[in-house]
Parts: sequence; structure tokens; C-alpha cells
Amino acid sequence: MELKQEQFKHVGMNEEKSQAILRPSMTYWQDAWRRFKKNPIALISLFFIILLAIMSFVGPLLTPFDYFSNDLTNMDKSPDAVHWFGTDSLGRDLWERVWEGAKVSLFIGVVTAIINGVVGTLIGGTAGFFGGKLDMIVMRIIDILIALPYLIFVILIMLYVGQGLFAIILALAIVGWMTIARLVRGQVLSLKEQEFVLAARTLGASSSRLILRHLIPNALGVIIVALTFAIPTAIFTEAFLSFIGLGIQAPKTSWGQLANIGIQSMQSYPYQLIIPSIFISLTMLSLQLVGDGLRDALDPRMRK
Amino acid sequence: MAEKKTLIEVKNLKKYFNVGSGAILKAVDNINFAIKEGETLGLVGESGCGKSTTGRTIIRLYEATGGDVIFDGKNVHKLNKAEQKEFTKQAQMIFQDPYASLNPRMTVGDIVGEGIDIHSLYTGKQRTERIYEVLNIVGLNKEHANRFPHEFSGGQRQRIGIARSLAIEPKFIVCDEPISALDVSIQAQVVNLLIKLQREYGLTYLFIAHDLSMVKHISDRVGVMYLGTMVEMASSEELYKNPLHPYTQALLSAIPIADPDVEKSRKRILLEGDVPSPINPPPGCRFKARCRYAKDICSQEMPEFREVAPNHFVACHIV
Repeated sequence: MELKQEQFKHVGMNEEKSQAILRPSMTYWQDAWRRFKKNPIALISLFFIILLAIMSFVGPLLTPFDYFSNDLTNMDKSPDAVHWFGTDSLGRDLWERVWEGAKVSLFIGVVTAIINGVVGTLIGGTAGFFGGKLDMIVMRIIDILIALPYLIFVILIMLYVGQGLFAIILALAIVGWMTIARLVRGQVLSLKEQEFVLAARTLGASSSRLILRHLIPNALGVIIVALTFAIPTAIFTEAFLSFIGLGIQAPKTSWGQLANIGIQSMQSYPYQLIIPSIFISLTMLSLQLVGDGLRDALDPRMRK
Repeated sequence: MAEKKTLIEVKNLKKYFNVGSGAILKAVDNINFAIKEGETLGLVGESGCGKSTTGRTIIRLYEATGGDVIFDGKNVHKLNKAEQKEFTKQAQMIFQDPYASLNPRMTVGDIVGEGIDIHSLYTGKQRTERIYEVLNIVGLNKEHANRFPHEFSGGQRQRIGIARSLAIEPKFIVCDEPISALDVSIQAQVVNLLIKLQREYGLTYLFIAHDLSMVKHISDRVGVMYLGTMVEMASSEELYKNPLHPYTQALLSAIPIADPDVEKSRKRILLEGDVPSPINPPPGCRFKARCRYAKDICSQEMPEFREVAPNHFVACHIV
């Protein structure tokens, strides 16, 4: 085919339009959510966690029992239409107890992760931002604390401060902030040499402005991902502590404690162990997958 | 030319970095120059010669190891807090990498408005107006204020960086290789924008670059740096016509000429060897290892930076 001169039309150039941007304006978080939605596994995991959180409140209302009343005529009942997950050796309804345990486990996981995040960000951020001797001292303390065996450390703290929900949270908070502090310090160290931070300093920005407007918003993605991974660690540690009898005390319950009771009658009534174990496993798996998805969504450069 | 006021004077400026185990990296070693109001001083030299460090030390992003920077009669490195804040309003910087120099979490409006907020120049509606005004000056429009940096091209981002430093009406801007990350067609746009702004607002520039023809285009005077020291400085006309230092001669011989006939006969002075390490440099002239004319005295004494012709300074024993 031959193209002739008269087939072309001069359309000119509009200076104004050439500078226009057609893509709709999106914030970083909108963009991240758009990427996260494309990951079906992470999305399903997120819905599972949300469902779990809702069910921990709604679930108990669906049956007429409660989690602490004994019914000695109905001990060790296998799951049926009345007791959906069966009953335990004291005749307590397991459906009720699983959701009560979910409340406790999720609460411990989320609260511990948030405390770890805040403490870790403050300590790591300060060390990284001011650098020098302060950084040296803080990082050596963290090295020492991380070198201590995690569970032994938690158990020693629990022996000292006692048992129960808040003792667990306190113990986990004391041992858990170091990883996030290290991570945030690394982020701050690399960010503070970036040109946009130098530009803000050239404009006369104060330290607090640099930290709040420039460093933390840019490190937030990494912090959130670390927090998502900290939740399952906390849940698992709590389950372990309750499993060895140090954690939540009856009649309160958690998944770890349910598994602990279940293991005593594992051969006769395996469902008492299997049901809480499934919940622990699925929750851990979902949180890990959500964490993976968030990491990919928040930091696209990390993918492949 | 009428005698203009000296805006910034750099005296014996030194910036050393401690690189561990007793080694000291002399990034900037004993540099002297002055820039008059409304003037552009170009600073050229190869990568790692201390151009950027000089720029950053002048506006106190780095603390100087020695020497003074006198800005408008005040010593920059001895300012108190209030004076320091006033100084940051008058001296600004445009950065090299348009991708790293804008905070990805802030809108363009907030980036440009940051200086206005820090110095509490305007608030509310006036602030917005000022941001639109500055965006307009650099050739962007007000719809861009709500966008994020990743939506812009390299050239547009560099304009945003220029708008950011312009928003607080500075007197002096350090341009730290503002064009080396851009492609050639955009380079000219940005340089012409800088020249236009200088004319309209009476700005003073320290223009750091390694593109010699671009530096000639924008600068009134040019300084050549080699390994932390200033080796030659003259008006750009003089320097390009009559280079005295062997390093400047080699550097200038590398500029391609846009005429094929002349280009064919162009003779390049090729330098042998690599740039020596600036860590614990030996005494004497820094250039001696690669200099064709090196004599004994070159490895014993550091040549003095002296005026050999009116306003033409050079640091070399053989000139």
C-alpha cells in the first residue's frame, strides 16, 4: 500500500495537553490495594482472617451454650447437631470454647504486634536517625537480646510476672520488638541519605518533620509487612505457652490451651485436639499468606 | 561589567571523611572561590572529584572539616539556629536524580509547598496560590499539584525539584548535576529554564556538571576540579579558549565538535591510568601521576592556586 501526502492531516500540537496526565490520580495506598486485589490467595486469606474475627463474636451466639459452664451429663461428646464441635472432658461446649479461644489468640497476636511495632519503630528509628554512638550502643543491646533463646526468655519473664493474658502480652512485647527495631533502623539508614531527605534538610526541615513526614511514611510499608508476620509468631508463642501450661488459665481459654487439654485424651477423643489444631494452622497460614501478599503489594520492586 | 557584590565566598574549604581504620578520604581539600550576585559558577570534573561534596558542604548538608563559607557576610558553618533557618531560606539546592529527590509519598503540591510550610511564608489559600504560581513558572500547571511524583517523567520531575527550591524565593541555588540524569532533548529545556529563572529573579548559581558544553552555555566562570582540589578557574570564554592546566586541556580535548571536518582533525589528549584514590593521597600535585609534563617538584610540593592572568587562576608548577 502506498501512502500519499494528502492522506495525512496536520493535527498540530497542543502544548497544554502534552503536559496532561490521563491516568487517574492514585495514592500509594490505593495503588497497593489495587495490586493486593490481584493476588487471589492473599485475598482469600485476608477474608478468612476477617471471618475468623467476626465469628469470634458472632459464633458463640449461634448455640445456646457458653464457654465456661460444665455439663457433667454431656462429657466428651463427639460433634453432633447439638454440640457442633462436641464437648470436652468437663462437658464444656467446644464450639463456644473455640471462638472464645479465637478472641484471646487474635487479641494477643494483634496487640503484641502493635506494641512490638511501636516500640521497635521508636527505638530503631531513633538509633538509625541519630546514628553514631547511640546507634552503636542500641544495636549491640539488640544483638545481645536477640542472641538469647526466645522461648526460654519468655518463660523466665512469665515465671517472674505471673500468668494470664496481660502477662503473656507483656512477655511477648519485651522479647519481640528487636527484629522490627533492626528492620526500621536499616530502612531509616538508607532513607536518610536519599536526596528527598537532603532536599527537606536544605529547606530547613526540623528533625521531627523529617521523621514524621519523610522517613516514617516511606518505611511504613516495610513496618506493616513485618507486623503482619509478627502476629502469627505471637499467636504461636501464646499457643505454645498455653500448651505447656504457662499461658491462659481455665476457665478462660485459648487455642493453645484447648490443644493442651485435647492432647490428654488424644487417643479416645481425637477431635478435641484436631479442631483447635486446625484453627491454629489455618490462621498461621493465612496470616503468612496475607503478609506475603502485602509485601508484594507494598513494595513492587521486591517481586521477581 | 559593573562591580557586583560578592554573595558567597569559599575559603580553604576542606571536607574529609573518616573511612575507618585511620584512613581519611580527602573529598574536598583546600578550595577557594567566590561567586558574585547574579553570577553562575560552573564546576566541572570527573566522577568522584568532589564536586557534589563541595556543593553540599557549602549549603551545610555536610559540616566542613576546615575552612569557611561566607554567605552574605555570615559564616555558614557558625550560624545559630535562627540564622541557620534564615540561611536555608536563601540557599537552595537542585538535585541530580529526579527519581530520588522527590518524596514518593507526598503530592507535588505538598513537595513544592514544603519550604513554604517550614518557613511559614503563606497559609491556606495563599499557600495554594503560591504553589500554583511556582508550578506555572517552571512550565507545569495547577492540575499537577494533586498528583504524585511517580506519575511524572524525568524532565517534569526535575521541574518539580526546581519549583520546590524556587517556592521560598532563594538568592542562591546549588545545581548538583541537575541535567545529567535527563536525556539530551530535555537537558536543553531544563538548562534554558534555569537561565530564564536566573534572569527573572536575579538568582546566583553554583552549577555542578560534567557535561562541558552545557557548562559553557550556562556559566559565567568555570572551575575545574581534580581529586578534591581546584586546578583551574577562569571565565568560561577564557577557559575554553586558553586552557592552561594539563588536566583542563585533556578535558576540553574530549568535547566533540559539531562540524564533521573539524571533528575529523580534532586531536584528543588521552590521559593514562586511572584517577588515584583520594584516601590518604601522597604529597605534591594530585595530577602528577597522569600528567605528561610532570617534573620532580610536582611530587614534592602542592602547587599554589595563583592568578596567572587577570581572573584566570591555575594550580600548576609548569604554567
